[in-house]
Amino acid sequence: MTKKGIETLVGLFVLLGLAGLVFLSLKAANLGTFSTRDGYTVTARFDNIGGLKPRSPVRSAGVTVGRVTSITLDSKTFQGLVTMELDKSVQFPRDSSAKILTSGLLGDQYIGIEPGAEEKNLAAGDVIKQTQSAVVLENLIGQFLFSKAAEGGTAPAASAPAGGKK
Amino acid sequence: MNAVATLGARTLGVLRSFGHAAVFFIELLRATPAALRRFGLVVTQIHAIGNLSLLIIVASGMAVGFVLALQMYYALVTYGATESLGLIVNLSLVRELGPVVAALLYAGRAGTSLTAEIGLMKAGEQIAAMEMMAIDPRSRVLAPRFIGGVVSMPLLAILFSAVGILCAYVVAVLLIGVDAGNFWSIMQSRVDVWRDVGNGIVKSFVFGIICTAVALYQGYETEATPEGVAYATTRTVVISSLAVLGMDFVLTALMFSTA
Repeated sequence: MTKKGIETLVGLFVLLGLAGLVFLSLKAANLGTFSTRDGYTVTARFDNIGGLKPRSPVRSAGVTVGRVTSITLDSKTFQGLVTMELDKSVQFPRDSSAKILTSGLLGDQYIGIEPGAEEKNLAAGDVIKQTQSAVVLENLIGQFLFSKAAEGGTAPAASAPAGGKK
Repeated sequence: MNAVATLGARTLGVLRSFGHAAVFFIELLRATPAALRRFGLVVTQIHAIGNLSLLIIVASGMAVGFVLALQMYYALVTYGATESLGLIVNLSLVRELGPVVAALLYAGRAGTSLTAEIGLMKAGEQIAAMEMMAIDPRSRVLAPRFIGGVVSMPLLAILFSAVGILCAYVVAVLLIGVDAGNFWSIMQSRVDVWRDVGNGIVKSFVFGIICTAVALYQGYETEATPEGVAYATTRTVVISSLAVLGMDFVLTALMFSTA
């Protein structure tokens, strides 16, 4: 084969590899979802953030309107301080509330924003005051057992083995 | 007493061979800039190593993508999570299977040919002839092949992963009927460019260095006989594969231990 032909083939090979890289990063990974539109950041404090992670989605009515940018522990209140970036085109009233929700039974956790009714909108740096923590399964089961025990009334919880009083 | 002496001799022998390989590797790196100046040689080697390995890499990527998608579907359909099919195939290909399987195939397809070629050059005393003519065989013969291999390996691994994901798409969306939007969007929301794709490329780069250096070393240090070349070619495959698998564990532990 001529030298020119080999060089062309090598060039094609490198181009093919680069096309694969572009495909992997844009179509099959999250580079394409990084929006170039600038957003505004708001924060919220949660008693328990559950399984929320940086880059978890922020949704309102199920529509993704932003991403969690960082999660830290507020050393004064001992609450989780979640910073999130919201899309500039979406404005929420100042008294909107934020909940940590789970998509599906075992899915990822995300922040759900429920719009309030105030005239003024959230601006950059604002704090969402009304928050609802993630549901922790152990606490839920604990509450369920307590309410069951309260229904049972006098049954001493400590001395009852499994299925003791039915 | 004799046993102790044998042990000592063995230890020294192992250390000597390690040191020999390390010195070879450093001299190879030192010869690399000179080879970059004669870029035509490098281009020829990328063609021999990269282009000609393309077919087996793409065919294996297709097979792995098809099979992963089919098998994962049977596991996931029980939990009603078939949309995550793309995510599982993507992560396993980009993080592990792409770099590792591509490196194993590379060792079998290109590493062996490098060893045999250089081994036969040595058996035919071409390398000695070059030294006689004051041409450094490291920068004329070894370094272009080294650069060619190190450049080709990440490209081959990327293509392996990309073809695998596309074939998983064919199986999942076109054959099984998973929703195409969910297939891609779950992937995009959970696969990180730097953590997953980037680390996979770093892995394949390391594997490229390992496989090519092992192949060149085995060829250059072969015994100049037909049996010697055959033995060196076998060792290239065995040592490269074991080194890739071992190194993959180390790299995975370093890269993904927290995620």
